[in-house]
Amino acid sequence: MEKQVLLTIRDLKIEGRSGDAWHQIVKGVDLTLHKGEVLGLIGESGAGKSTLGLAAMGYARDGCRISGGSIDFDGIDLRAAPEADRRALRGKRIAYVAQSAAASFNPAHKLIDQYCEGPVVHGVMPREKAEADAVELYRRMRLPNPDEIGFRYPHQVSGGQLQRAMTAMAMSCRPDLIIFDEPTTALDVTTQIEVLAAIRDIVRQFGTAAIYITHDLAVVAQMADRIKVLLRGDEVEESDTRSMLAAPREDYTRSLWAVRSFARPALPAATGTPVVSVRNVTAGYGAVDVLKDVSFDIHARRTVAVVGESGSGKSTTARVITGLLPPRKGEILFNGKPLPPSFKARSREELRQCQMIYQMADTALNPKLRLRELIGRPAEMYLGLKGRALETRIRDLLALIELEPDKYIDRLPSELSGGQKQRIGIARALAAEPQMIICDEVTSALDQIVQEGILKLLDRLQGELNLAYMFITHDLATVKSIADEVVVMQHGQVVERGPKAELFAAPKEDYTNLLLSSVPEMDLDWLNRLLAARGEHA
Amino acid sequence: MQVLVVLAVALVAFFGVALVSRAALRTFAPAHQKPTFRDMPLTASFGIAVILIYVLVAVFAPLLAPFKESEVVGAQYLPWAAPYYLGTDKLGRDMLTRLIYGARNTVGIAFATTALAFTVGSILGIWAALVGGWLDQWLSRFVDALMAIPALIFSLLLLTIFGTSVLSLILVIASVDATRVYRLARSVAQGIVVMDYIEAARLRGEGKWRLIRREILPNAMAPLVAEFGLRFCFVFLSISALSFLGLGIKPPTADWGSMVRENATLITFGDITPLLPAGAIALLTVAVNFVVDWQLHRASGLKE
Repeated sequence: MEKQVLLTIRDLKIEGRSGDAWHQIVKGVDLTLHKGEVLGLIGESGAGKSTLGLAAMGYARDGCRISGGSIDFDGIDLRAAPEADRRALRGKRIAYVAQSAAASFNPAHKLIDQYCEGPVVHGVMPREKAEADAVELYRRMRLPNPDEIGFRYPHQVSGGQLQRAMTAMAMSCRPDLIIFDEPTTALDVTTQIEVLAAIRDIVRQFGTAAIYITHDLAVVAQMADRIKVLLRGDEVEESDTRSMLAAPREDYTRSLWAVRSFARPALPAATGTPVVSVRNVTAGYGAVDVLKDVSFDIHARRTVAVVGESGSGKSTTARVITGLLPPRKGEILFNGKPLPPSFKARSREELRQCQMIYQMADTALNPKLRLRELIGRPAEMYLGLKGRALETRIRDLLALIELEPDKYIDRLPSELSGGQKQRIGIARALAAEPQMIICDEVTSALDQIVQEGILKLLDRLQGELNLAYMFITHDLATVKSIADEVVVMQHGQVVERGPKAELFAAPKEDYTNLLLSSVPEMDLDWLNRLLAARGEHA
Repeated sequence: MQVLVVLAVALVAFFGVALVSRAALRTFAPAHQKPTFRDMPLTASFGIAVILIYVLVAVFAPLLAPFKESEVVGAQYLPWAAPYYLGTDKLGRDMLTRLIYGARNTVGIAFATTALAFTVGSILGIWAALVGGWLDQWLSRFVDALMAIPALIFSLLLLTIFGTSVLSLILVIASVDATRVYRLARSVAQGIVVMDYIEAARLRGEGKWRLIRREILPNAMAPLVAEFGLRFCFVFLSISALSFLGLGIKPPTADWGSMVRENATLITFGDITPLLPAGAIALLTVAVNFVVDWQLHRASGLKE
């Protein structure tokens, strides 16, 4: 049966301004969406996914303009329609769910007030009815305490719940189309499942059409009827989900599929004195103990992955090892010798041996320093290199992280891409010639293809320089690809630890099992099976 | 009618100066600086030209001025006619000469004062933000206490205690101004010290001085530069106000502030001569702010 067409986009071109020049972000994309259909848009960042999603509302961000093509929403030409008409549509017939619900809710108003704004402004229903409706939708989104959760402020609600509340809010006027812009990207895997299931159910119940934007293939496979792949503003291919997963036509699509295939076999368990040994560490802020009796070892040339949800104490462990947070009890041994608890008491040599790479390269690199100084400073400081020797070392390091020295040495961080910035973070750590590097979610902020590049680089460097890695992550795919040993943390305690293969094959603890099964798989029915197995779903 | 003519002349002068100076800057800038000047707005090039002219006048004052700084050359309050192109003041000194020397004294002192206030204020402010704890509390509460006293009254008090030499004038106004700079620098730096790159630098074992100088200061420049423009002008006003009250630059040293006071009586006779030094201050103030706005725009990466 042929469904009715809801949205038609023809040859859409969108330009963005950088400086004085305009360049194309979306280069003539066609898109057709039927009523009640879910279309997945995938691609790396910069592919124009979000821009295209917003254009479906007839909206272009600041500094962008729609320069060509047509957008037809249920017989209304959104490009030609006056702004007032477009505003009347937005929120009422087309709704938008943003990536970060925490940043999108107004922190000064209660959830239910924000829920009611749309229906009341658009005159769909009066305030009392909207409130009753909100409670009903909160219930359908399976939010805890639906009767009262609306009367809380955004900061009093967890991230996953906020994202569901935002989806409920988007539903408030029963729109024909919802645009989901990476709604689960910022969430933990275990939370992601709840949100995905809730979104999928509500979209089906109301027969709403949706555009689902994400860079995670496994997620889009669960949600979408059809998938469109974008690359630098161009369409690569489009087909229904099942055939796209089974037989992608284009090389680029296949390369997206293959990303998760990078894996190196785990090395056998190491013997001898570990480089770093965390012994019965208890630490915390104020009166609260964030870490309770944490112990594990990291050996040379081995990668220990520390996994867990946010708030499980992964990053706090890193802060204890680096000395930023002196522990209350327990100690850190470095090559068998105890380290002073605070970094202020550690010698320069002790500081040199343990380096750190941060999650957000944007905030981890001083934006006003050139790469020469960013990378050169540790080498100058710890190894006493000067003049020509320093210059040579900086160039070697740039070559090591696969950036052309002549081209990059005098650049500022703002003149680099996200992946290149992260490489600079790595080079800065390497410049100190450490024995151990702490990688704190180093790939979380990056696209999958870029992620793979970083992981391969880290793996190669580990082999060449005999480095020990402590790899903090919530992404189990990353763990699968490069870890030797895994430490699972929850509520500040080590739940389980062991070699990668053993832990993945036969997790002993319930929590480990829950965590592992929550990782989206490239399988259409994964979510159904999982929910059925967990008995959360009819 | 006359007003319109004056306005027209002023506009032509503005665009003339601005265009000529921009062309000159583009031509003579070193190659890697050329892009900076290419996108320069006319207001900024006008500002730069005016500041350059003031600096040249200040440096070459003895060559440019037709008479000596405090030389009595004729009768008092002579009208504008050669060889006293802008007339004479109440002691019979040449007005043009006094204006030229005034540039040297007033601008020089204002610059020294602002520079000192900024060096001390921003370093202490960043240091307090970086170290935190007791040091921050002590410094900040001390600064708060100083700021609670009205600036002009406090300067008057200090100048009465320490006497009115040029050096004590600079030190007194600088220390009063440094409190404001301290506040600003501290609040800006507090936002910067929590960044990961500062944590990385601390973990590297960098010293405080290097953290302040290389890691924090470059990132705090934009608001500090903007504040510099404002403070610079306020210092002018402070010096002028103090001179007007008789505690600023001592006679017979030429100073724009005192020149306004000394010749104020002429206003009652419809003579605009006393407004000339005031105008010189106003013009420099506007010029400095044009340049500062432009720098701020560039540093913050704002587009129109």
